Amino acid sequence: MSILVIAEHDNQALKAATLNAITAAGQLGQPVTVLVAGNNCQAAATAAAAVSGVGKVLQADAAHYAHPLAEELAPLVVSLAKDATHILAPASTFGKNLLPRVAALLDVAAISDITRVVSADTFVRPIYAGNGLLTVQSPDPVKVITVRSTAFDAAPATGGSAAIESVACPAPAGISEFVSHALSKSERPELTTARIVISGGRGLGSAENFKLLEGVADKLGAAIGASRAAVDAGFIDNDHQVGQTGKIVAPDLYIAVGISGAIQHLAGMKESKVIVAVNKDEEAPIFEVADYGLVMDLFAFLPEFTAALN
Amino acid sequence: MKILVPIKRVVDPNIRVRVKSDQTGVETANLKMAINPFCEIAVEEAVRLQEAGKAKEVVLVTIGGSQCQDVLRTGMAMGADRAILIETDAALQPLGIAKLLKAVIEKEAPNLVITGKQAIDDDNNQTSQMLAALLGWPQGTFASKLELNGDHAVVTREIDGGLETLKLRLPAVISTDLRLNEPRYVKLPNIMKAKKKPLDVIKPETLGVDFAPRLKSLKVEEPAKRKAGIKVANVAELVAKLKNEAKVI
Repeated sequence: MSILVIAEHDNQALKAATLNAITAAGQLGQPVTVLVAGNNCQAAATAAAAVSGVGKVLQADAAHYAHPLAEELAPLVVSLAKDATHILAPASTFGKNLLPRVAALLDVAAISDITRVVSADTFVRPIYAGNGLLTVQSPDPVKVITVRSTAFDAAPATGGSAAIESVACPAPAGISEFVSHALSKSERPELTTARIVISGGRGLGSAENFKLLEGVADKLGAAIGASRAAVDAGFIDNDHQVGQTGKIVAPDLYIAVGISGAIQHLAGMKESKVIVAVNKDEEAPIFEVADYGLVMDLFAFLPEFTAALN
Repeated sequence: MKILVPIKRVVDPNIRVRVKSDQTGVETANLKMAINPFCEIAVEEAVRLQEAGKAKEVVLVTIGGSQCQDVLRTGMAMGADRAILIETDAALQPLGIAKLLKAVIEKEAPNLVITGKQAIDDDNNQTSQMLAALLGWPQGTFASKLELNGDHAVVTREIDGGLETLKLRLPAVISTDLRLNEPRYVKLPNIMKAKKKPLDVIKPETLGVDFAPRLKSLKVEEPAKRKAGIKVANVAELVAKLKNEAKVI
């Protein structure tokens, strides 16, 4: 029996969140097996084999795994489930899309977005936008789990030397087809792994003004985030959204500019190590979670702050 | 084309809930309830497809106590044609919900199911994917754009790092993300009209599926509170604090 982690990757390299899921898996027992399903994914499989704590890598290489279609990957994971006590994936859009489908095919519950492993069958996960922490116990023979990346350290990407085994691939389901990608290109660090995040809210007023955050982001090497209100208003794309229904971040420094601090935004950033809030409304709820609050108009703040960083 | 939209009644998303002092759950008594925001987007999308002549009928389903009729009426006021309440006071989890929905879908035979991606109470984000799995249908989760073309749907999905477009064979299950649409405000005449639309109440036992919860909830705790912070007077003080005290820049 083993703990099976479904790797998120782009055939060349592992996505960072896979390393956090491997750490969670290691807390459940040994050995940890990583499934790398892709098309010409040898490089990703090699990277998985080098991760510290990985006992074995299963490589499923087929044209129908070129893109991570849940309809194709779920039967593959199910075919490997009989040897597993636990199946884990990052709680990214990849893992959230795939694992509930796997769980239903196995007729077991799925456990979303865990933040703590209590024991092999008991886990903690946030509910109500993180306003409650639920401890759940699963009696199912296999536990299907997505892992909140910010709650577990990344496993070291080197130091391991796991064997890579090829596994049989079920025939294509053929009910879904990849058409295209439109991935945001950015020189900036990725939002979920950045050391510093600067986020803007509705207070910025327009997409044009939102660009004012870039000066600070460039100076600090920060990623740019946004509140749901800013996304809804069309100031910036949804993949920058931080919150209950967007991304969960926990950087060393989170700077919230013109964000009021709605419950659903706090859910995505309140685990940050240091929080700075800048808002001209001194009653804004964001100040309740801020280590450093500054009551100031953001249009005065941004140029002054940028200059002060020189 | 018939579209089925499963929806959920939740605590109003703007209310900050409290954990019960005995840690058995979250206090929901006497709180304002509402249709889950993502479910509202699902209803809106179905109604727009109908208005565009792409769908003939929009049917809502929810599962819960008799009080859940209110969200079904709201959905019908938005434009859905009729509704089904699977009436139960039993505890529900996504797998059981997906099984109940599957049983209804087998009777109703819709060509498309649109759900919200996540309910803002349990934050599971599972039911659509589970339902698609049980039906053997493709899934277009976290959709920000949906087009129907004959025997397939083209779905643009919000994924980490951008957008992904998939072509799904129909029937399919779609789950909505925020940018799919902006739900309409319901007008009073439509609320009146919705009162007369058919609402069937059925008992889950008649559907012949095991929907008992699998996971045992041991306790619900309040998250650790952040230590109270300070207000700084100006940018210079902020920069000094970040450099010398927090040591993060």
